[in-house]
Amino acid sequence: MTCTEFIALLDDIIDNTVAAEVRAEIEQHMHDCDHCEVVFNTTRKTIEIYRSHEIYDLPPDLRERLHAAIMIRCKKGC
Amino acid sequence: MSTIQTIAGENGPHPDVALVEKVRAGDISAYDALVRKYDRQVFRIAQHITQNREDAEDVMQDAFLKAYEKLDQFQGNSKFYTWLVRIAVNESLMRLRKRRTGRMVSIDEDVETDEGSVPRDLADWAPDPEQNYSQAELADILRKTIQGLPHGFRVVFVLRDVEGLSTEETAETLGLSVPAVKSRLLRARLQLRERLTRYFRRRTGRVPSEDGVNKK
Repeated sequence: MTCTEFIALLDDIIDNTVAAEVRAEIEQHMHDCDHCEVVFNTTRKTIEIYRSHEIYDLPPDLRERLHAAIMIRCKKGC
Repeated sequence: MSTIQTIAGENGPHPDVALVEKVRAGDISAYDALVRKYDRQVFRIAQHITQNREDAEDVMQDAFLKAYEKLDQFQGNSKFYTWLVRIAVNESLMRLRKRRTGRMVSIDEDVETDEGSVPRDLADWAPDPEQNYSQAELADILRKTIQGLPHGFRVVFVLRDVEGLSTEETAETLGLSVPAVKSRLLRARLQLRERLTRYFRRRTGRVPSEDGVNKK
């Protein structure tokens, strides 16, 4: 397996949807290639960081205000 | 009123189906429950697309109101959440268009770039790199980094990786083909990784060889 082939499969590898028959080839490539192993680990970490950190928080007071406004408008529409 | 088709998943009908049925029967408190369940996600998606807090507040209100008004059109052959996200994405794009004084805004904008499709910065990251920053610094880094992505990549990454929609649901929500979603997702992930490497790289330790040989 080449690095280009590895990168083309990167999403499937990360999402664990790769076909069983290529899995051994992928593992062998990561074992042999430092760069692809780094790309795999840091891409996976990228997703994990974005998933686990709230970067656009909705503060409770704003949430309640918006919520009330939505429900008032919905009730008017009844 | 039409009856909602039950989505029979592995664990039976989705709990939202019962809430939607109640709303249709006139129980507005059931809609209150749906709003509370998904308001954070809708607000986050709107912020990611509009990159403006006031717009995101307006989008959140308009999206929930529109969903309420159109609830009869919801067929139940998709999840209520993905249907709602689709409305929120459309409302966000409309809002963006208004702000850009009518210039057409679409999720195809700026996606014809090859930038970032090949990893260049191959430096390894520090272990638990986020711990080198305060929560506020980290949020700032993550915001700046994702805001730098082309619009059409950012929205795919947000729906698929942050909000947890499947590839198929992301495609349906954005009106894209599954291969287009896959292509954008890979490039979004690689570009974010590349940009975050500037902040998270390992400061000491192994130095990569310069002879182009990647062998261990």
